[in-house]
Amino acid sequence: MKVLRYLGLLIFLWWTAQAHAALTIEIMGAGEHQIPIAIVPFAGEEKLSQSISQIVAADLARSGLFRLVETAGKKPHEPSEVVYADWAGVDALAIGSVRMLPTGRVEAKVRLLDAVKHTELLGQAVSAKDNQLRAIAHRIADLIYQKLTGDAGVFSTRIAYVNRQGKNYRLVVADSDGYGEQAVLSVSEPIMSPAWSPDGSHLAYVTFEQNHAVVYAQSLLTKQRVVLANFKGSNSAPEWSPDGKMLAIVLTRDDSSQIYLVQPDGSNLRRITFGGGIDTEPSFSPDGQYLLFTSNRGGSVQIYRIPVEGGAAERQTFEGGNNFSPRYSPDGKSFVFAHFTNGKFYIATQDFQTKQMQILTDGGWEKKPSFSPNGKLVLFATEAQGRGILATVSSDGRVKQKMFPQDGDIREPRWGPFLKQ
Amino acid sequence: MRNLVIVVLLSSLLAACATPKPVAKGEESTSAPVSEGKRTAPTAPTVSSPDAVASVDDDPLNDRNSMLAKRSLYYPLDGYVVQADDKAAVQAHARYLAEHPNRKVRLEGHADERGSNEYNLALGQRRADGVKNMLMLGGAKSDQIETASYGEEKPKATAHDESAWSQNRRTDIIYK
Repeated sequence: MKVLRYLGLLIFLWWTAQAHAALTIEIMGAGEHQIPIAIVPFAGEEKLSQSISQIVAADLARSGLFRLVETAGKKPHEPSEVVYADWAGVDALAIGSVRMLPTGRVEAKVRLLDAVKHTELLGQAVSAKDNQLRAIAHRIADLIYQKLTGDAGVFSTRIAYVNRQGKNYRLVVADSDGYGEQAVLSVSEPIMSPAWSPDGSHLAYVTFEQNHAVVYAQSLLTKQRVVLANFKGSNSAPEWSPDGKMLAIVLTRDDSSQIYLVQPDGSNLRRITFGGGIDTEPSFSPDGQYLLFTSNRGGSVQIYRIPVEGGAAERQTFEGGNNFSPRYSPDGKSFVFAHFTNGKFYIATQDFQTKQMQILTDGGWEKKPSFSPNGKLVLFATEAQGRGILATVSSDGRVKQKMFPQDGDIREPRWGPFLKQ
Repeated sequence: MRNLVIVVLLSSLLAACATPKPVAKGEESTSAPVSEGKRTAPTAPTVSSPDAVASVDDDPLNDRNSMLAKRSLYYPLDGYVVQADDKAAVQAHARYLAEHPNRKVRLEGHADERGSNEYNLALGQRRADGVKNMLMLGGAKSDQIETASYGEEKPKATAHDESAWSQNRRTDIIYK
């Protein structure tokens, strides 16, 4: 029965993803307490090029926290049309309508109803240009998600990743469901380590266009880019500070790989670590006070923490094997990283207080984890069917998704920040 | 020039051998002019190469039996120190660079995939920089040497096993 339900869900998702998704999504597992919800097709949406209610339903299903209940032909669009006795199997019911505004924009009105208490939980209108129907739907899904789970939704956020096709590398930005793919950069040398500015307006990254690793920062709006660091050897691992006023980068200009701070225009460079070995992959704490980083200073490769303004580095990971690629959780209470043991990479989290490591995945070539901005999901790179793909896992390890690219391999994913509404 | 013709003749001979027996006569006759055309086509661009080789014939870099012929250095997992077996070769390159101050070399470090991309980039850089230090100790000048790392981004072998990994933990010495 459960299997059937997921199969149905998969087919449904596959069907809704047909239009022009760059990624095909596969879901496994479910949240501990799935909320049964029905999303009724919105009045007037049949005139649109895409069904907003279907995109909303797909978003909620992908989170693993909702169980989508069939509407069985019932089509209330206003609260007065709802017969609650018809909806005994659901906790919540979303109804709505769309219309074209005189300005040419599309407006969707949505109401979220509590099917148990027979009350209205949410009533809101969302509008956008008619070529941004998916953005409208993602916004509605975010509102529903927030109302029912208490956490901010991330359906309107974007992800960045590198798509490798033979010797061609594209730095891609896409919606978190894989639609709306846009190439930021297309080159014939590798691209690494995309990092979002906190306002989502810029990406910093590393490319080998100049025959060695050079760090750039590029505006997603104007596509203009500046060289952040082009010293001899390797320039890499850019990471924006939470206030956007500086970046941590890794240089080999004075020593082996060490961490430096630099302003977004490339000025005011100063060195932070003096480890002697390899120090790399800096990640700022949300308050901007600390950096987590990867270092081999203790013999094996482990994760350390250092105050940004200087001080002693404190080792964080001790579990067997090597540990790489730390990223702070948005609340700063834990971090996610790639745990390498017995020939496999696992995505794991560790709480700062308890120091307990929790492995979230089954292991494989799982690398480069980053949290969704609400901290509920982790995006990472893995392999399936001999290709590099994207995957997500919920931060409790229960819900897993694989996202297959249309062509080539995906590497180096990074989840973007919340967009300003 | 003569070699080329022989190669072309050989290959057309091979092609003839490879041709399946039950071939219609008409097809056989049309294939002949095609190989004739091939024979003349490649001569133009390759004619200059024997001269170029001759002019640098006395360069020990071109001696296949010299220690300078060793252009790739390999490492154990996570290692970045030039291995004992490779030291003589690196010292020979250092001597060559010291004796040929106008020659420049590029050192490209690589790593296997058992680490994060960024860690591997750092590791490959450390491998290349380790070779650079040894070359400079042997008399090469800093401005003769450029280093770069590709980490795990440009693997020579792509399998997920030691046979591939051992080929990818490497510094390549590339004369410019």
